[in-house]
Amino acid sequence: MLQKNSICVKILKGVLKSKDGECRKILRRNAHFSFYPEKPPSGSTTKMNMFQAINNALDITLRTDESALVFGEDVAFGGVFRCTVDLQKKYGKSRVFNTPLCEQGIIGFGIGAAASGATSVAEIQFADYIFPAFDQIVNEAAKYRYRSGGEFNCGRLTIRAPCGAVGHGALYHSQSPEAYFAHTPGLKVVIPRGPIKAKGLLLSCIRDPNPCLVLEPKILYRAAVEEVPSGDYGTLIGKADVVQEGKDVTLIGWGTQFHVLMEVAQLAKEKFGISCEVIDLVSILPWDLDTVCNSVKKTGRVLISHEAPLTSGFGAEIAACIQEECFLHLQAPVARITGFDTPFPHIFEPFYLPTKWRCLEAVKNLIDY
Amino acid sequence: MLPSCARNINKPTISCKKVLQLINGTKNNYATEVKCETKPYKLHKLDTPPSASTTLSREDALKYYREMQVVRRMEASANNLYKTKLIRGFCHLYSGQEAVAVGIKAALRSHDAVITAYRDHGWAYLMGASVVEVLTELTGRKSGCARGKGGSMHMYTDNFYGGNGIVGAQVPLGAGIAFALKYKGTDGVCFALYGDGAANQGQVFETYNMAKLWNLPCIFVCENNGYGMGTSAQRAAANTAFYTRGDYVPGLWVDGMDVVTVREAARYAIDYCKSGKGPLVIEAATYRYFGHSMSDPGTSYRTREEIQEVRQKRDPITHFQELTTNAGLLSENEIKEINADVKKEVDEATEISKTDSSIGLDELATDIYANNLEPQIRNTTPFNPLTHNRLGKAVNLE
Ligand SMILES: Cc1ncc(C[n+]2csc(CCOP(=O)(O)OP(=O)(O)O)c2C)c(N)n1
Ligand SMILES: [Mg+2]
Repeated sequence: MLQKNSICVKILKGVLKSKDGECRKILRRNAHFSFYPEKPPSGSTTKMNMFQAINNALDITLRTDESALVFGEDVAFGGVFRCTVDLQKKYGKSRVFNTPLCEQGIIGFGIGAAASGATSVAEIQFADYIFPAFDQIVNEAAKYRYRSGGEFNCGRLTIRAPCGAVGHGALYHSQSPEAYFAHTPGLKVVIPRGPIKAKGLLLSCIRDPNPCLVLEPKILYRAAVEEVPSGDYGTLIGKADVVQEGKDVTLIGWGTQFHVLMEVAQLAKEKFGISCEVIDLVSILPWDLDTVCNSVKKTGRVLISHEAPLTSGFGAEIAACIQEECFLHLQAPVARITGFDTPFPHIFEPFYLPTKWRCLEAVKNLIDY
Repeated sequence: MLPSCARNINKPTISCKKVLQLINGTKNNYATEVKCETKPYKLHKLDTPPSASTTLSREDALKYYREMQVVRRMEASANNLYKTKLIRGFCHLYSGQEAVAVGIKAALRSHDAVITAYRDHGWAYLMGASVVEVLTELTGRKSGCARGKGGSMHMYTDNFYGGNGIVGAQVPLGAGIAFALKYKGTDGVCFALYGDGAANQGQVFETYNMAKLWNLPCIFVCENNGYGMGTSAQRAAANTAFYTRGDYVPGLWVDGMDVVTVREAARYAIDYCKSGKGPLVIEAATYRYFGHSMSDPGTSYRTREEIQEVRQKRDPITHFQELTTNAGLLSENEIKEINADVKKEVDEATEISKTDSSIGLDELATDIYANNLEPQIRNTTPFNPLTHNRLGKAVNLE
C-alpha cells in the first residue's frame, strides 16, 4: 500500500518536488473522505442532510422559545448554505433577519440581546469571517458572567459558523479556528460530524446557559445524509463518542476528519490487521478527557488528527493531557497528523489535508515504534 | 424595485460635442478630441464640484474602450472556465462595473496606489498584470500573477496592494498606504475601494477617523452596485448616501457607469488630496451583472428585468461606444477591430490558462515568513521538516 513512491510517502519525507501535473491530477480527485452515517436512535426519524437538520433545530427553537432570534448576513434568504431557509417566512422579520455586513457588530448585538433575555442565534457566514468578532466573543461574551460576579451573562447566545475544507475554498473559505476559541474559558465549542449531531448539538447549545460556538464543517451540509430523530432532543456537550471499538490504536478526530479516520481504521484492518478505536471528540471545549484516556489506556497508542495547522492546534492540548494521564500506558509517542503550518493553500489543498494515507502511515508507525 | 444605485442614475445622454478640430489628411477625418459634459455629481461638505465638462482625446477613447472590453471579455472567459471547473473556489466577476476601475485608472499617476476587495480581476489587469497572468492565476497555474497561490481574490501588481477576501479589511490598509506615501514626501494618493456591503463594517469608520485626523491622501471609493451578496443596500444601510457616510470626510457621488465622469472625479480627488486637504469619499453608483460569486445565480434577490434594464440602458461599454462614435471620435469599424483584437487576446490567454503547468509542491512551504531564521518549517511530524524557501523580495518593498 505505502510503496516507496506513493504520493503520501513523498510528502511525508518532505520530498516535495512534484513533477509537473502531479499536483493537478490529485486536484481532480473527488472529496477526500467517505461519509460514515451515525446510527439513528430508535423512534421516529426523517432523512435529512446536515443543513436540513440545522434548519430543523432552528425551527424547533423558534417554535418552542418565543424569545428566540436568528440573525446574520443573508439569513433572511436562507443563508449561503440554506440553513435558515424559510424561517423568516414562518416566524417573521422581527425574529429572523438579515444583519448588515459587520461581524463585530453582529456578535456584540447578540450578546446584548442574550444578556437581556433573548435566545440569540447568530450566524457568521464563514468561520474565516469570525475574526472581526473575535474581540466580542473572547472579551465580551466569554467573560460577561465572570466579570459581573455572576450577576449578568449572555448564556443565551449561540454562534454558528461553517468551517473546514470544501475542496476548493482556499485561504478564506476553509479554516478551522476551533483552537483559538478553545483557549477561552467561558465559551463552549462543539463540532458536529453529521446531521444527527448537528441538530442535537445545536439544540443543546441554544439551551446551554453559556455562550456556545457551533462550528459546522461546511462540506457536510449537503454531503452528509442521515436518518435524524424527528422530534426535539439534545446531544451532551463535553461528551466524546466512541464510534468504533478497537484494541491497538486510538484514533481521535472531529467534524469531517472523523470520517477520514473511520476509513483509516478500515484500511488499517484490511492492510495491516491493525484494530483501531475511533473517537469523535464532538466537543472541543469542554472536551471528554475520560473517554479519551480510557481508550488510550486500553490501546497504548494514539493518533490525533485535525485539519487546522499542527502548532497549537487542538491536538496539542489533547496530546499534552494524554501524556500526563496515560504516560505509563503509552507504547509510542502520541502522533498528530494535521494541516501544515502554512496558510490554508489555494492550489495545494489535497496536500495540505491530513488525508487517509498520511494517517494510515502514522498508524503503521505507531505500531512499528 | 431598482436599488438606489441604479435609480439615482440619470437617463443616458450623449453629451459629447464634436470639436471642430479635425485632422486634415488623416484617413477618416476623425476628431482628435471632443468636449464632453460629465454627469452631475452630488457633493457632501465640498464647495466646488469637479468640472462639468472635459475633453476626451481620441487616444484616450481608444484606450478606455479597449480596457473596458478586455475586462468584460476576461470576466466572460473566467465565467466559462469556472463552469468547466478549471477555476475552483470563489470567483467574483466585475462585469458591469468596468467604468469605475477604468475611469480611476485613467486619472492615476505612476506613483499612486490602489487596494480593493475580492472583485479584483479587472483591477489587476489595469494595474499591469497581463490577461494571461490574470487568467492563469484564476486557474492556479504558474504564470499567474501570484503564481497560482492566490487565486481569484488575491492578485497583486506594482502599486496594486491586492484583492482582499475579508470584507472591509482592505480599507484601513489603504489609510496606511496613504500615510506612507505622504511620509515619504511623494504627492501620491491611495485609492481604497470597497462595496456598499463593506461600507457597514466598523473598521471603515475607524479608518475615516484616522484618515481625517491625520489628513491622509486616501480616497475611499465605495462601489455601490446595489447589493452585498443577496442583501440590497437599502436593507443593510441606515443611510444609503454612501458619499456622506464619512461625516467629517467630504464626499462626492458619481455616476460609476460613465467612464469619463469617473475619470474627472478621480482627477478632482487626486488634486484635492495632494494639496494636503486630507481624505475624500467617492461613491460610484454602479451595477454587477453576474451573481455575487459563481455560486450565486444572482436572481433570487433581484429581478431579471432589473438586470436587463441596466444592461440595456446603463451599460458602461455600450454607453461609451455610443458616446464616442456619435461624437465622431471613434468609428464603428475601429470598435469592431478592437472587439476582434480583444477577443483574440483573451481567447489566447484562455488557452494558456488551461495548459500552463502549476508550481511545484516545494512552494507549499515557500514565503510563509520573511526570512528563514529557522531554515525549516515544522512538518506534520517532527522528523521530516519542510524546507522554507523564499522566492525573492516582495515588490512593494524597496
Ligand atoms: C468579514 C467578512 N464577512 C463576510 C464575508 C462574505 N462576503 C464576501 S463578499 C460579501 C458581500 C460584500 O458586498 P459589497 O461590499 O457590497 O461588495 P460587492 O460584492 O457588491 O462587490 C460577503 C458578505 C467576507 N468575505 N468577509
Ligand atoms: Mg455591493
